[in-house]
Amino acid sequence: MAKILMKGNEAIAEAAIKVGCRFFFGYPITPQNQIPEYMSKRMPQVGGCFLQAESEVSAINMVYGASGAGARVMTSSSSPGISLKQEGISYAVGAELPLVVVNMVRGGPGLGSIQPAQSDYFQATRGGGHGDYRLPVFAPASVQEAVELMAVAFDVADRYRNPVMLLGDGMLGQIMEPVEMIEERKEPLPKKPWASGVPEKEGRSIINSLYINPDECEQHNYKLERKYQEITKNEVRVETIGCEDADVLLVAYGTMARICQRAARDAKKELGLNVGLVRPITLWPYPYEQLAKCAAQASVKHVLCVEMSTGQMVDDVRLAVSDMKPVSFYGRPGGMVPTVKDILAKLSSIKEGM
Amino acid sequence: MEEMLIIAGFGGQGVQLIGQTLVKAGMDEGKEVSFLPSYGAEMRGGTSNCNVIIADEPICSPIVNEATCVMALNRPSLDKFESAVLKGGALLINSSLIDRKSERDDIEVFYVPANEIAQEVGNLRTANMVMLGAYIGVSGAVSVDAVMQNLKKTFGERRAHLLPVNRQAIEKGIQCVQEQRAKAEKAL
Amino acid sequence: MAVVFKKTSMLTDTPFHYCPGCTHGIIHRLVAEALEELGVGNDNIIGVAPVGCAVFAYNYFNCDMMEAAHGRAPAVATGIKRVHPDKVVFTYQGDGDLASIGAAEIVHAAARGEKITTIFVNNAIYGMTGGQMAPTSLPGQVTTTSPYGRNVEHCGYPVLMCEMLSQLNGPAYIERVSVHDVAHVAAAKRAIKKALQAQVEGKGFSMIEVLSTCPTNWGLPPEEALKWLQENMIPQFPLGVYKEI
Repeated sequence: MAKILMKGNEAIAEAAIKVGCRFFFGYPITPQNQIPEYMSKRMPQVGGCFLQAESEVSAINMVYGASGAGARVMTSSSSPGISLKQEGISYAVGAELPLVVVNMVRGGPGLGSIQPAQSDYFQATRGGGHGDYRLPVFAPASVQEAVELMAVAFDVADRYRNPVMLLGDGMLGQIMEPVEMIEERKEPLPKKPWASGVPEKEGRSIINSLYINPDECEQHNYKLERKYQEITKNEVRVETIGCEDADVLLVAYGTMARICQRAARDAKKELGLNVGLVRPITLWPYPYEQLAKCAAQASVKHVLCVEMSTGQMVDDVRLAVSDMKPVSFYGRPGGMVPTVKDILAKLSSIKEGM
Repeated sequence: MEEMLIIAGFGGQGVQLIGQTLVKAGMDEGKEVSFLPSYGAEMRGGTSNCNVIIADEPICSPIVNEATCVMALNRPSLDKFESAVLKGGALLINSSLIDRKSERDDIEVFYVPANEIAQEVGNLRTANMVMLGAYIGVSGAVSVDAVMQNLKKTFGERRAHLLPVNRQAIEKGIQCVQEQRAKAEKAL
Repeated sequence: MAVVFKKTSMLTDTPFHYCPGCTHGIIHRLVAEALEELGVGNDNIIGVAPVGCAVFAYNYFNCDMMEAAHGRAPAVATGIKRVHPDKVVFTYQGDGDLASIGAAEIVHAAARGEKITTIFVNNAIYGMTGGQMAPTSLPGQVTTTSPYGRNVEHCGYPVLMCEMLSQLNGPAYIERVSVHDVAHVAAAKRAIKKALQAQVEGKGFSMIEVLSTCPTNWGLPPEEALKWLQENMIPQFPLGVYKEI
């Protein structure tokens, strides 16, 4: 298929439609407005339903209802709106409902700023709402990857009957890049015999997250936990670039990783330093083993984690690297984006200390 | 080739259109491209800018902090982005609206009276195309034909009659910077 | 032998958990009978249970059921109805769920004319959590969070949902009924059937507010509770049809 120039937000929406998402419920918030706008135009064309809800709380609960009714369904928002959706996401986890949530992260806390940030990492990877649970979290670095991961996100959600999050940021949402749109899904969507009102259902369908007896609730939690172990075993994704015999490893995800990739390239030229990049594509499950393996190489003297925050993923980097190698952090919060120059300066000071 | 461009001006001056037209033309000519608009509270007349990259190699960072070329369509944009031009890079100033000279002596500076030229060709609204032409004249990053192909798509049938005047504006922009460059080379 | 009475097929055999004397049980049966009498078949009905005393409603109604977060039942029902426009979709919600935490959801479902039916059980108190003040508690009513009686200067007046929602264009049928005696129980069932019929005919949103008792948390024997409802709640929440198109 020929490449077309598309805005990240619009490409994500189109990809969802391509893989059979026919229901979208959302509420406007910058910088993700092109997703609901695009959906409002496209859904009627493909026989789907776009509905602007009265709030993010309502939107996620409409998604809950549609998912429980067997539909492939999604919502999108940005940080403050995602906080509001956490109640519904927790209920969907409890009721084991597949759905996809896109978060185009902006600076926080509170109303924060509307510029790109990565300050929702903890919220995304540690559950986010109340209860003992996780969401698979995909973090694309380009519009092309976002489009491809949307297909994966819906499939993973259906396979494990768990909400899945696509974690981007304002930059990914607003950027226009050439993209080869994914093909229309040809195979039928998976059957959902547990869902309400579907022809394939087996007996009375009950979608519920209440287990009033604690021993039953405990069993339910263990069931979820077994699922999370399966996901951890099967769904980890990571890209490593130039890590073989690297002196220093950069660890970054999403759009930040692209800036780090440039810094790694320039570091060779300007500092004579071999810098590798480890880019987690799934933030949960996290590529602990792959990162540990890269860091364990004799050549690696230092690991530098770079984020658009004051340091969240760096906790996972430390868990992976442990005391094998020194780990340091560089980041800027609130909607400011670390530059290639900033990262080179940090690498330069690391080199001096090596 | 790795062209890293910052285009800046008032909202409504066609900043985003210049950027999008350039990346579409670049993409059609087989280049790697990215277009990153500034975004904010929506307001007509506010400042507007975008980052454009046109390159032979795959693009890593889509953000342009250090530009091979800055196109300033108004005074605040010049003040903000003049220092972002890389040494040896180019600065395109819309001298119709900007009354000061550049303070840099380590870069190529071009003064393009875009509004006057646009008026000359008969349509003041083509000032952005004069600037786009000036950029093509300086960089050669994309061809005029590729740009025209994309404008044809953007304009559609309803506004197809505007294509010749836009082409003229682009060509005048190219001519303007090439004359200045020739003059500068003679002076050396 | 001729069958003169039989339990509706829309209720399962699970015993209700409601306190003795509580009128939720009556309302469940009215809703179940009305649903059965629609004649669409249990497989074509999807219900949404609330948070509150009726939280276990998914165990009782013999159709597909979803449990919603507190107050969100109208949003969940919206999602269901948009996926299955041919099914009958209803929510069963209490006063805290509908008139307090879920006020936004019910107002907007009604405003959209969402083709769902809401059964709103108003007993002027939070039962499940132990008798706290509800958005519909009466002025002066003693609850565990208004131990000196509901002081309207301090925390305002009861919320009148039928009156409010009937101002919107989206609702097709809104009525307030009571179950404090046999005649009113029969009238309540007729109202519920009408509301469901409005949905089946695609007319829009419908809601029946049912005034109900809570002997346990009102601190009254069941019979006196019925009398208290009649004497105190009905003047505050007048019965009648508020909207019919």
